[in-house]
Amino acid sequence: MDAKDILGLPKTPLPITQEKKPRPQKDSQRKPDGISREVYALTGGLAPLMPSIDASQLKRRPPSDEKITWQWLPFTSSARKDDLQLYHWVRVVNGVPPTGDYSFAKYNKSVDVIKYTDEEYEKYLTDPVWTKEETDQLFDLCERFDLRFIVIADRFPTFRTVEELKDRYYSVSRAILIARAPSPGEVAGHPLVKEPYNVSQETERKRALSMVLSQTKQQERKDAEVLAEAKRIAESRMAAQGAEEPDLPVTSDIGPESVERAIGHGDTISPSSVQVPSAAVAPSTSIMADNASTLASLRMLRVYLRTYALEQMVQAASSSAGLRTIKRVEQTLQDLEVNLKPKVPTKAVCAEHLELRKEILTLLNLQKQLQYKEAEGSSFRDGSYGDMPGTPKRSHRVVDQDRTFVPDAISFGGERAGKREQKRKGPGRVSETPSSPAHKRPRKMKASDL
Amino acid sequence: MGKPEDTERKKKLKDVEISVPIVYGNAAFWLGKKASEYQSHKWTVYVRGATNEDLSVVVKRVVFQLHSSFNNPTRVVESAPFELSESGWGEFEIAITLYFHNDVCEKPLNLYHHLKLYPEDESGPMSIKKPVVVEFYNEIVFTEPSESFLARVQNYPAVTFPRLPAGFTLPSSAPIEDESKRKRGDTKDHPLNQWFLNFSEADELLQLAAARQQVQAHIAKLRRQISVIDGQNQQFKSSSDQ
Repeated sequence: MDAKDILGLPKTPLPITQEKKPRPQKDSQRKPDGISREVYALTGGLAPLMPSIDASQLKRRPPSDEKITWQWLPFTSSARKDDLQLYHWVRVVNGVPPTGDYSFAKYNKSVDVIKYTDEEYEKYLTDPVWTKEETDQLFDLCERFDLRFIVIADRFPTFRTVEELKDRYYSVSRAILIARAPSPGEVAGHPLVKEPYNVSQETERKRALSMVLSQTKQQERKDAEVLAEAKRIAESRMAAQGAEEPDLPVTSDIGPESVERAIGHGDTISPSSVQVPSAAVAPSTSIMADNASTLASLRMLRVYLRTYALEQMVQAASSSAGLRTIKRVEQTLQDLEVNLKPKVPTKAVCAEHLELRKEILTLLNLQKQLQYKEAEGSSFRDGSYGDMPGTPKRSHRVVDQDRTFVPDAISFGGERAGKREQKRKGPGRVSETPSSPAHKRPRKMKASDL
Repeated sequence: MGKPEDTERKKKLKDVEISVPIVYGNAAFWLGKKASEYQSHKWTVYVRGATNEDLSVVVKRVVFQLHSSFNNPTRVVESAPFELSESGWGEFEIAITLYFHNDVCEKPLNLYHHLKLYPEDESGPMSIKKPVVVEFYNEIVFTEPSESFLARVQNYPAVTFPRLPAGFTLPSSAPIEDESKRKRGDTKDHPLNQWFLNFSEADELLQLAAARQQVQAHIAKLRRQISVIDGQNQQFKSSSDQ
């Protein structure tokens, strides 16, 4: 509407209906009262949730008994060292100009930078790395720039880091304070004396901060995961220790080991894949935690059967695995001709059995990882980025010719293999020739697949 | 009998466990011609030392809880050999509760055994002479054994004695009171001895070791494959960034 005014175009456009539509819109938008429309539009045309200015106050007139005039008057400021007289507009009420100092003078703060004498310098402040000249320059800059070390560092004639400058300034000030104090007790309360500036700590702190700030998203995620797992381990350790008698050395031995191993595990596994980091890191660290608490609870029992202990440990080790994975582990054990429950469960046999189960879990995890990566690789190759490797995808692509084929099912043992092959229907598994890249053969995923 | 001595005796050892290998199960004889409808088999359920040594050094008594159709289904056996014989026709679960001597453990331990009378191979003929035997090997583990317990059992073969922490010495155990008493409790000359099964951990250990080797080899192979693919994928990523 206004644009048309400006352009000098006729106000009434040809179709009348067009005009009617924008008008009710504008009317409903014209919410404010007390503020003109243009001012309101500055806020984006929307009402703020909390009105920062009471709209009704804006149009209020000043109390009528006061007579306000504005006058161009001179003023001085206590913040100035000279007597310069400047002029500004002053609000005069009933003919009386305001009194008092220039209102902004109170903001003129400065730091009390210590001034040492040459004598004092010789006695207390000499330093192998700092010349007197440099120190003097530093203090001069400190005074001029009110301890704004970044600025000081920029202007310092020779190259010095901010931490070095700070260190020199604070240690000199501290030394002077202590030297001048009538008794050491009097300055002991001074913050500079109590907590001297720690250069190495500061440098470290800033380095760490900049590292954290410049982390990539992936690193952030990694750190968060490791911290979460460490927290979980610490908590389960606390729970285990809380449940036991006060003096039990073994659990605490397992504790630090498990945390170290957990962190080691996390480091080795996560760089390899973005998709499987949480799946890979989490089981290893939580397994350690579960192991420790299982051992602790077994201890509490005072007497138990070896088979019971093994069951508990197996459960702890597979706590993060789903039912399907556990079934696969058992299938693998059968293929390897190992009893699911040992026939002669001695201590040694149980330990071996447990380790074997853990290794099979690792194996299954690695196979899954490999699958993911292959799918990733093939999606890169085909250039179809929309085809993200998700969980059980029905059309699993066969990989290129030059890649070694990885059998989905583990083929173990000699005698049993024949029997198994007979039982399996559908596309042959073990010795399958990979097809050329042009053929994308969807393979049906079976329950025994990974 | 000073008090400090008692508490010394009762002091428990951390990080030490003592285990007792046992075998439990049953042997069942078909009564053949003498079998009646309700008494077709004569069976014995028992708990013995895995090497047929006397368990009474550790076990005070064993309670066998039978099916409620039996008279006095709670059968208590106060001395070794810890066994119970009965006749019947049905298979059911027997709860076996082991009670230990006071210095060993105050808590009892439960085992469960499903009584087996009929052979696996149902088609074969049933023999009067050869019993159906089902046995299970297990180990009772005692955590934090007291010194007095350790001292008392140190010379008994029924118990797998642990390695004690360095510099630790036990008081010598009291001499075995009655040689004849001790002899009776073991099952080396037990009438059923010829049917007892042998449990050797060597075979199982071998099998496990072989299996572990296979799995470890497979893991190594997968890790190599993964690193190869990682390299390839990395190339893709960097080329697509351009």
